[in-house]
Amino acid sequence: MKSRIKAKGEISFSNVSLLITIILFLSLFIGGSLRYDRFFSLSTFFNLFNDNAYLIIAAVGTTFVLLTGGIDISIASTIAFTCVLSASLLRGGVPAVVVIPIVLSIGLGLGLGMGSIIHYFKLQPFIVTLAGQFLMRGLCAVISTESIPISNEFYKAAALNKILIGRAKIYYYVFITFIVIGGAYYILKYTKFGRSVYALGGNEQSAVLMGLPVARTKIAVYGINSFCAALAGVIFSFYTLAGYSLQNIGLELDAISSAVIGGTLLTGGVGTVIGTTIGVLIQGIIQTIVTYENLNTWWTKVTIAALLCIFIIIQRIISIKAEKKKGK
Amino acid sequence: MSTQNYLLEAHHISKSYTSAVIALKDVRFQLQGGEIHALLGENGAGKSTLIKVLTGVEERDTGLITLEGKEIYPKTPQEGQKIGISSVYQEVNLCPNLSVAENIYIGREPRKKGRIDWKTIYVNARILLEKFDLDIDVTKDLDQYSVAIQQMIAIARACDIRAKVLILDEPTSSLSTNEVNKLFEIMRRLKKDGMGIIFVTHFIDQVYEITDRITVLRNGEYVGTYETANLPKVELVGKMIGKDYAQLNRTMVSYEEEYNSGDTFLELKEVSGLGTIKNLDLSIRQGEVLGLSGLLGSGRSEIARIIFGIDSLEKGTIEIKGKKIFLKNTLAAIKNGIAFCPENRKTEGIVGDLSIRDNIILALQAKQGLFKSISKREASRIADEYIEKLEIKTPSKDQKIKNLSGGNQQKVILARWLATDPNLLMLDEPTRGIDIGTKAEILKIVIDLAKQGMGVIFISSEIDEMLRCCGRMVILRDMRKVMELKGREISQAAIMHHIAGGDKDE
Repeated sequence: MKSRIKAKGEISFSNVSLLITIILFLSLFIGGSLRYDRFFSLSTFFNLFNDNAYLIIAAVGTTFVLLTGGIDISIASTIAFTCVLSASLLRGGVPAVVVIPIVLSIGLGLGLGMGSIIHYFKLQPFIVTLAGQFLMRGLCAVISTESIPISNEFYKAAALNKILIGRAKIYYYVFITFIVIGGAYYILKYTKFGRSVYALGGNEQSAVLMGLPVARTKIAVYGINSFCAALAGVIFSFYTLAGYSLQNIGLELDAISSAVIGGTLLTGGVGTVIGTTIGVLIQGIIQTIVTYENLNTWWTKVTIAALLCIFIIIQRIISIKAEKKKGK
Repeated sequence: MSTQNYLLEAHHISKSYTSAVIALKDVRFQLQGGEIHALLGENGAGKSTLIKVLTGVEERDTGLITLEGKEIYPKTPQEGQKIGISSVYQEVNLCPNLSVAENIYIGREPRKKGRIDWKTIYVNARILLEKFDLDIDVTKDLDQYSVAIQQMIAIARACDIRAKVLILDEPTSSLSTNEVNKLFEIMRRLKKDGMGIIFVTHFIDQVYEITDRITVLRNGEYVGTYETANLPKVELVGKMIGKDYAQLNRTMVSYEEEYNSGDTFLELKEVSGLGTIKNLDLSIRQGEVLGLSGLLGSGRSEIARIIFGIDSLEKGTIEIKGKKIFLKNTLAAIKNGIAFCPENRKTEGIVGDLSIRDNIILALQAKQGLFKSISKREASRIADEYIEKLEIKTPSKDQKIKNLSGGNQQKVILARWLATDPNLLMLDEPTRGIDIGTKAEILKIVIDLAKQGMGVIFISSEIDEMLRCCGRMVILRDMRKVMELKGREISQAAIMHHIAGGDKDE
């Protein structure tokens, strides 16, 4: 009598999404290699990381928030604030070993604060983090409206030191990004906290009734995201060696779109940091191709817009199909 | 009997949500280890609230709960689980985006060297589900399986938590007979291990199949606790809906031939709804009051929802005055002369912040369309007319409806629908939470409307009321029509006999 009950969808939604993302990345890379002579190289690949190290970190943080079904639009301001505050403190003679912990703690504190407000007052994350965005951007300008250069030795070393593999170079700070990706992957897959993040995004009511620590989890993801933003800010200041209050306007949307292209659902519960990372790399490679084509850099945005549109429609079609199957 | 050590005891439990809504009044409940205890009652009896208080979803206002003699005060479900109270809720409360195995173990994952041990999770989940005869791929996402399987997985999770008390809140509503039998087998096994199981259901047969004792609640109050074997079904139903057995044999005939002479207005032919009623034939004539009777979940409200175009048909046809018709939404129903006062006055009926006048003209305005607006003067005239006709007690028609008493709110809703001049009026629990005087007035209005030629469908869990105004009664059980009674056949005893399960009754 016993017969195996088949699952209704043969492949799960998250796997399909990730697969599409990987295929897209590979085809862009192969396409670029076929079209341009010097495109196919380790150097091109590494440069994607060199140039997008900070964005990957920010996008990984954002993935945590999106997984719970929330959203955080404050991170670009947090990055700018981190850069401006760091530059200003360094100019005042504060050593780097003091500056970095300070800016990271501020980021963490900001996130935990916003998370608490969102959870305990049951407010929309959009509006709370919008307030956070204004606050941080405003504080940047309070510190300085001018660009502040960084001449600290440690920062300079961090900006310039690299490893050479053949002719390809990879900067030291990229390894911080690798650690963040690895850490986030581990947390999301192998810790109770990480699984609670997914459960919360799947169905908050269920998560409560299954006895999961919903309050702690929800507050923590905003903490993690703002911490990642501050860390991205530190790396961005290595990268640019300056702090300027109008830096990175709109970067939070780059982070969100990377996560979505990487297979994260804005409704929560589905997504991976690997997908998000590839999502950032796809944006990077489009940027590279646009440069090779000698086009206006804004073509990057146009392409991303088209991609995003295609991706969300594909995601929707997959989930509608899944729902239909379930209905029967 | 002897003094007993109870596993879980609750005394003098009260809980109110607002000063007006009292969900539990001085309720007690005692659960022994190694027993299956049914918690029964009609809609609004307080079962769910009691369960929420026991599991920590809601905090109690007053009262004492003890587990193995020690006082407990769970404030969150997390705390409830920690002290050994595990529960399965009516709707599946799992995460659709996680794998089957993870849904079973999340929050208490086996770990190796600090990290979640996925291999063990999958193996354990497979072994656990084997006990339920469920051979499925535990690594697949939960939402790839049917609701019935999801419910079984939820039950497996709750059983595996090794709790002292297991609460099952209507777990069987989406299960097939086979799956129910499997569940019962497991419940018996857990019972043997000494677990105390609280079983909430509206299937009376299941109560008699599996439970040892029964506690009945009614209107938030404790009615009593009985040995299942010593309580006949009819008596149980009597306790649930508030009538003593002695009263049952006294029949009340209110039927008058003259109500019943109109033409057929609406007819359902072999109608099935998606997941609701099955194969229903039903006709309603102008000028009659048709009662729909049955326990909660028997399909009585579902019929009204289908007729009003809220739920869609799976098969079957609806005819109005002999013409086949398709009601794609509620506006279509209104335009066809159907009106519906839903069960939940607060959330589905009144618009609290609008005035009485605006509440009355809402449906009429919808029927006429947004662009043919009703002038303020016309609206006031209509409002005045019904305030007088229905004797709505209010200082003025501009009063906000939320400031009225429940009975007067109900009259306003009634006025709203009467203003659309319907041919068929459907009332779902129109007298709930209303004082006796107003109740009588509403019943009188219903009878008068029928005399004037309107068809009325009357749904109530109070059989008394139905006896007073219905000329014909349809009895429903498990989403099917089981009996139709007419005129002199209608009696409390007959109705309850059929609600409880007809001739299968012992």
